[in-house]
Amino acid sequence: MFSPAATPARSIVGLSVLVLWVTLGIFLLVGGLLLYALIRFRHRPSDDEHEPPQIYGSDQIELSWTVIPILIVVMLFLTTTRVILGTEAIPKPGNAMDITVIGHQFWWEYRYPKLGVVTANELHIPVSDPNTPLPTYLTMSSADVAHSFWVPRLAGKMDVIPNRVNTMWMDPQQPGLYLGQCAQYCGTQHAKMLLRVYAQSPQDFAAWVEQQKQPGRQEFPGNAAATEGQTVFMHNACINCHTVAGTAATGRFGPDLTHLASRDTIASGPIQNTPENLRKWIDDPNSMKPGSLMPAMHLNDHDLDVITAYLSQLQ
Amino acid sequence: MTTTSVMEAIDETPTAERGRPPLNVIYEWLTTVDHKKIGLMYIMYALVFLLIGGVEAMLMRIQLAVPNNHFVSPQVFNQLFTMHGTTMVFFVGMPILFGFGNYLVPLMIGARDMAFPRLNAFSFWISAFAGVLLYYSYIGASGLYAAGSAPDVGWFAYAPLTAKVFSPGHSTDYWTLAVFLSGVGSIGTALNIVTTTLCMRCKGMKLSRMPLLVWLYLVMSSMVFVAVSPLTAAQIMLTLDRYIGSHFFDTQAGGSAVLWMHFFWIFGHPEVYILVLPAFAFVNEIIPVFSRKAIFGYPAMVAATVGIGFISMSVWAHHMFTVGLGAAGNTFFVFATMVISVPTGIKIFNWLATIWGGKIIFATPMIFCIAFLFQFLIAGLTGIMLAAAPFTWQLGNSYFVVAHFHYVLVGAIVVALFGAFYYWYPKVTGRMMDERLGKWHFWLFIIGFHLTFDFMHVPGLLGMPRRIYTYEAGRGWGTLNLIVGIGAIFQAAGVLCFVYNLVWAYYKGKEAGHDPWDAWTLEWSTQSPPPAYNFAIEPTVNSRRPLWDLKHPEDTDSEYER
Repeated sequence: MFSPAATPARSIVGLSVLVLWVTLGIFLLVGGLLLYALIRFRHRPSDDEHEPPQIYGSDQIELSWTVIPILIVVMLFLTTTRVILGTEAIPKPGNAMDITVIGHQFWWEYRYPKLGVVTANELHIPVSDPNTPLPTYLTMSSADVAHSFWVPRLAGKMDVIPNRVNTMWMDPQQPGLYLGQCAQYCGTQHAKMLLRVYAQSPQDFAAWVEQQKQPGRQEFPGNAAATEGQTVFMHNACINCHTVAGTAATGRFGPDLTHLASRDTIASGPIQNTPENLRKWIDDPNSMKPGSLMPAMHLNDHDLDVITAYLSQLQ
Repeated sequence: MTTTSVMEAIDETPTAERGRPPLNVIYEWLTTVDHKKIGLMYIMYALVFLLIGGVEAMLMRIQLAVPNNHFVSPQVFNQLFTMHGTTMVFFVGMPILFGFGNYLVPLMIGARDMAFPRLNAFSFWISAFAGVLLYYSYIGASGLYAAGSAPDVGWFAYAPLTAKVFSPGHSTDYWTLAVFLSGVGSIGTALNIVTTTLCMRCKGMKLSRMPLLVWLYLVMSSMVFVAVSPLTAAQIMLTLDRYIGSHFFDTQAGGSAVLWMHFFWIFGHPEVYILVLPAFAFVNEIIPVFSRKAIFGYPAMVAATVGIGFISMSVWAHHMFTVGLGAAGNTFFVFATMVISVPTGIKIFNWLATIWGGKIIFATPMIFCIAFLFQFLIAGLTGIMLAAAPFTWQLGNSYFVVAHFHYVLVGAIVVALFGAFYYWYPKVTGRMMDERLGKWHFWLFIIGFHLTFDFMHVPGLLGMPRRIYTYEAGRGWGTLNLIVGIGAIFQAAGVLCFVYNLVWAYYKGKEAGHDPWDAWTLEWSTQSPPPAYNFAIEPTVNSRRPLWDLKHPEDTDSEYER
């Protein structure tokens, strides 16, 4: 949170630091007075037995410690309002990158309507040069329960709620990988619904888009296992939930697999995308992420091998 | 009649009869409508749940102490935090505070019982039943689907996770019904306290002479009507959704998830003040007695309390800053939330001014109140940070928020409650709790508290969301969570000292007499423990501190009160 990489996160840090200083000042003042009073006015064995003077109140003093806090509150309120308006009430530029985010139990679906790209769990966005800003606007909803999109270094969180459309924006200035995770309890595997945002230079981003636009690979010359794996995949229940663009697999319940092999991780972030992990995952998702909604398909060893070979080829 | 009659009227016939047949004793407690017995049952019942909720917290801390831990499964962890939150709010916080209110309010206003003794018993038993019902889910009813699974939807049970499709089985129904019944009990007791305060005060006790504790309970109980009713209604709506196909919160059929959030937080935020006002109430009584001074600015304290009561009804959506309410909505709730810090600040300043110029006696009740002051100050200041909506955009639902509200609930409320236990225990049992054990309890608990909750802020700042059963090693949260866990051990040790002290003092504690602290309010004018009828004759008061007037006839309060 304190190493912001985009404008919304940066303006929050500015406000937070101000509020921290104000509250620290109040703490030192009031805490110091309290400490002083406790030491100065402690009961001493040498005290006489008389009760101390009884004081019932003082209008002037009480008025002062009502008015001064009001002034501080007004100051903080106006500063806060400026940040709120600067984040939530500024017009969207025409060239903004539009991405639709759909939360699922326990993974993220990303659709780029202007580019015709669909992907899952790993969000790629262009960096925004301060001279020619290119902010990314996320339009968010949920397919099931409430989730929340939180990548602390880029922006504050925004809830992803079914039957409701929320928006947020971000404009990372440096390329890099920014981590986050779902921040609204959404069920058993809330903990492993991670977020990975890859901010890329315009060239890298364009290349990534070009690759993602391609339909799923269907020819695997010289790779009999992958070819057989494709057949097994297409004849099993896999296609009910998963999409591989350009094939019979058009399911929407699980992540789009068209370019699965181009991703670094599987299972929404917690597992590295290696053939061994992928095979283990397909064999029994619940052993790696208990509560995952993908069922174990009870495939035999041969089928597991060839499906893994097939999916590993979907660059 | 003058104030002196208060003391002359002490009836010295012994009432505590120990050693009667146990069955008679049990029958008497089961059927009692005496406000003192009901108050004690509330408190004991809450203490049992406090231990249960504490064990749940310990299990969670063990799970989170190191990254990638497999101590409990995700399902069990989700049940643990749901049960911990629900238990602590509905079956510890509410009953223990109502227990103290039940016991103290009639005694402090010179009444012989609550206005509606039978409603009082009903409210207690329905609340007690609710707690048992919630925990019965762990066993489950035989033959029912999902028998033996506790609720796992989180203590604020956001829709539509609670819908039948996402939470099949009956565990969510146990949660819903338990919260519903607890709400019924709370509303009943609140009604009782309001009526008692307004109608049962002794001669001479104008509203402007009521002890601050009674004032705060009056405001708190009035808030219960407004805050608990929507929650209770929402439970019925949720049950209709789950069983007869209504669509209040069913987003798949056009219902609104945000509607549930509004229902929950219009309860949830006033609830924080409902819980904290009694803590303020204890502090208002204890600090003056151990500073040997009258409370500073009584009218301002009353006004601040009433102010908090009203403002607290318009701050709920600060729990919803990340829901996308829009700039206008967020701005309004930022303002309302920040404004509430003004009356709260007035209270802190007035306590400070009460201490100022006094002769402070550091007995166990007082040191807990001092810890309360420091910790509540910090909790209030992190509250101001979170009131700035953009700060919550970052840290809402993170461990920073968890640390913040535990600072309020534990650092302020539980700590003030401990002080209240040490302060009123002699009145309730006639015996003093042990001071040395009390100091052990204090230091163990306070050290543990700061280890746990000071350090808990940091993983939040580093991006750790709440309600995750495990985390990756590379995120840098591991060491901090280990320290948090170690603090929990200290707190548990402190609580064990406390429980031991409670039991030990009942049998072996020093005899207390009727006024061990040289205090000034009416409850100290009768015996310890008080007889069933409280006062042999109805007391008459001329000021806010009737016993001060009595002890200092040359310098009575009534001459100075405005």
